[in-house]
Amino acid sequence: MSQTPDGAQRHDDAGAPAPGGPGTGGGKGRAGTDRKPSRKRDDVAVPALGFLGMLRWAWTQLTSMRTALFLLLLLAVAAVPGSLFPQRPANPAVVTQYLTDNPEVGPWLDRFQLFDVYSSVWFSAIYLLLFLSLIGCVIPRAIQHYKAMRSQPPRTPRRLSRLPEYGSMAVPAEAGVSARSAVEEAARLLKRRGYRVNVRDADTDRPSVGAERGFAKEIGNLIFHTSLIGVLVSVAVGGQFGYTGQRVLVEGETFVNSLIGYDSFNPGTGFTEDRLDPFSLTLDKFEVVFDRESTTHYGQPLDFTATMSVRDEPGAPAEQKVLKVNHPLTIGGSNVYLMGNGYAPVVTIRDGDGNIAHQGPVVAIPNDGAYTSTMVIKVPDAKPEQLGFVGFFLPTAMEGDDGVAYGSDPDPMNPRLYLNSYYGDLGLDNGDPKNVFVLDTSSLTVLNDRNQDSGGIELAAYETKELPNGMGSVTFDGLVRYAALDIHHDPGKLGALVFSSLAMAGLGASLFIGRRRVWVRAGTHEDGRTMVEWGLLARGEDHRLAPEAATISKLLRDQWLTDPGPQAHNSKSAAGVDNS
Amino acid sequence: MRTIDQTLAQYSELFILLGAMAFTVAFIAFCWDLAKSSKTIQAVEDRLAAEHATADSAVLVGAAGATSGSAAGGSGGGSGNQAHAVEMAPDSMNYGKERRAAARIGVALTVLATVILAAGVVTRGMAAHRVPWGNMYEFCTTGALMVAVVYLIALTRKDLRFLGSFVIGLVVIMLIAATIGFPTPVAHLIPALQSYWIIIHVSVAVLASALFTLTFAMSVLQLIQGNREARGRAGKADKLGFMRLVPSALTLENAAYRINAVSFVLWTFTLVLGAIWAEEAWGRYWGWDTKEVWTFVIWVVYAGYLHARATRGWTGTRAAWLSIVGYLCVVFNFTIVNVFFAGLHSYAGV
Repeated sequence: MSQTPDGAQRHDDAGAPAPGGPGTGGGKGRAGTDRKPSRKRDDVAVPALGFLGMLRWAWTQLTSMRTALFLLLLLAVAAVPGSLFPQRPANPAVVTQYLTDNPEVGPWLDRFQLFDVYSSVWFSAIYLLLFLSLIGCVIPRAIQHYKAMRSQPPRTPRRLSRLPEYGSMAVPAEAGVSARSAVEEAARLLKRRGYRVNVRDADTDRPSVGAERGFAKEIGNLIFHTSLIGVLVSVAVGGQFGYTGQRVLVEGETFVNSLIGYDSFNPGTGFTEDRLDPFSLTLDKFEVVFDRESTTHYGQPLDFTATMSVRDEPGAPAEQKVLKVNHPLTIGGSNVYLMGNGYAPVVTIRDGDGNIAHQGPVVAIPNDGAYTSTMVIKVPDAKPEQLGFVGFFLPTAMEGDDGVAYGSDPDPMNPRLYLNSYYGDLGLDNGDPKNVFVLDTSSLTVLNDRNQDSGGIELAAYETKELPNGMGSVTFDGLVRYAALDIHHDPGKLGALVFSSLAMAGLGASLFIGRRRVWVRAGTHEDGRTMVEWGLLARGEDHRLAPEAATISKLLRDQWLTDPGPQAHNSKSAAGVDNS
Repeated sequence: MRTIDQTLAQYSELFILLGAMAFTVAFIAFCWDLAKSSKTIQAVEDRLAAEHATADSAVLVGAAGATSGSAAGGSGGGSGNQAHAVEMAPDSMNYGKERRAAARIGVALTVLATVILAAGVVTRGMAAHRVPWGNMYEFCTTGALMVAVVYLIALTRKDLRFLGSFVIGLVVIMLIAATIGFPTPVAHLIPALQSYWIIIHVSVAVLASALFTLTFAMSVLQLIQGNREARGRAGKADKLGFMRLVPSALTLENAAYRINAVSFVLWTFTLVLGAIWAEEAWGRYWGWDTKEVWTFVIWVVYAGYLHARATRGWTGTRAAWLSIVGYLCVVFNFTIVNVFFAGLHSYAGV
């Protein structure tokens, strides 16, 4: 290998010091990489190691670069299934559907946690091992680097000419530069270039200076890896003590931030109800702007604006705020996001006794760009029989050639309701939670649908339709919009941001700072000239070593030679300095 | 919202089409260069062989601009096995004295095509009054432009013309994908994309992808060249004459590593900036959305690549494979995931 291949991230510059190098390089080659031959013998000797020895052996294995690399690549592979199969945390309904559609394979996939990949045992095992390996690597390296930073640059190699970059020059006797002063001046120049310098053998006839720079490279490397642990911890804290909740809010409605205010709520295991900020939100108005100019994207949404009245706590003055996509509201420690919207037709349902059994907006879920929306109305209070309605809502209904209605525009220009009606026991009375957007019609009796004599219910604005058999009536009274809100609280968020920023800074430092050593040695020739030679060595990958050698060479020449003589600098690097 | 300038949008489409054509011609020129140069060098070698008896061959080889591998040497003090029997470009990747007319035409056409394509991308943005990064068509055209620009910038520093047919070939593929696969009329951005983060997040992602494209080409050539070197050492015939224009596998590996280090940092930025945007748009900075999964996978693969370089037995060929796998993941993330996978990023406009 031509370069000490540290370039990457961590573990030691596994490469041996360059030939003739200072001999101190490389350090204790963390676990594994350069002690491979002896590892084989260790394997054989396992029984003799005893329990502690076994642990030690396992730890060495785990923290080796080879294992880390293997775990890293395994992590990449293990993450993939999560994009191939629907995931419960993101889309529980899709998972349920998948299980229904694939009764054979589905349960097996579920057994292997392929619908919960990122919280699965195997995925967790991989990243926990990886982080363990990382910790086992970072700590010894940090100690080692701390020592390195406190020690002097390593002793000057005997033969500088064997270093990757080498140069020499002769200072004429008349310049009056002694070997010692040459080395001292070189030390000063190097110090000005950011090197840490140490003059040695000053009183001998071969004085030299050792210099080193780029300690920030390893610091950056350590910060990067440590920050990754910080990110992981932040994520864990957020998951533990945070919560996310959803609420569909119809225009005019008020949401109070309490457990009963949510349609669905996912707290972390460490969540307590007193963590809920006592704010309330009223959706005053929801406005949507659709593209009316484009011929190709006609009707595409351009803007969603929710105007909200926000109270930080009960009794506080209401403050009007605007909520948009990409512009969440921050209230206390919670953020409110606009995740969706749609229409809520206002429907009045009278039961067979002539009483109003339901009155108010019904949330309809849009399925396409024209806001073709499905809706379900459950009327458990209807008497003598409970009533249920399933159907869809079209903001702008058009009739196709086949007589089937379809939605042609997202704005309500010809709003219509198309419903089937049922009666019977809705199954709401036994206390089991039911999805409000799904009505199981299997145990109900049909009142209206297309196959009945009564036909399906089709209502334009303000129309009323009587149900068959005197079961009641349904009226389309009006139309309001709703906003689907997500309310999140993530106490780990700030930590994740801080640590990922630190990680980026550390990464930059570890990849782009060059850690280099320079030695300059001087001596006096028999003819009175002062001979100066210097050599450079990179620790880790450093393509700028050759240019640095050229710069130092120039600095030294400018220092002592008014008339730059023939270049004696030679570069062994392929990158060469001849390209300047 | 300001009205879309349809006239300008049509000009944009025209520019992009013209740019694609110019790139196609440039691609042909670069291919021609490879074919032709391999012949030229063959001729030089024949002449050399004839003169070998009387002259010092090393000098002449140097004068011909095609330094043999043995003279170029590897970097650093450790590499001693430079006894290649095959001809290769100098490891410094500096411009030689040899005139390569076809390559010059290729570069000139690439410059021209880049200017035309830039006009197309800029007018697209002007027509829509926004950054032109809202759908697959726009990602492809901007991506192609970025690859071309990065390649041209790299050309000013090093003689990477041997990459021309490869890189410009990929540019042409991207432009074909845009104009035939994902043609999308210019339109406003949907609310989810209306954020200043699109400028930061997407530009960094596209730049990183462009750099990954370069290193992908280098890693592929590295494998081919490494194989060729091995054949040379084994004394077998050199079947891939055009690879004479390409430097040694080790040089390619080092160059690819340097660029990959930069693009890994940029990809980290992409990931973190994307997370910040996701937090603002969706309320969570990480949710294992399909796009996030693949961005993460790419990040991990390239992290593996960087680590591989520091692991014994994983440098060279294996590292090159990791770089290639990483790029394939980038392509997968950009095409298959955008088009076929459902997720929050599914606004590819297809």
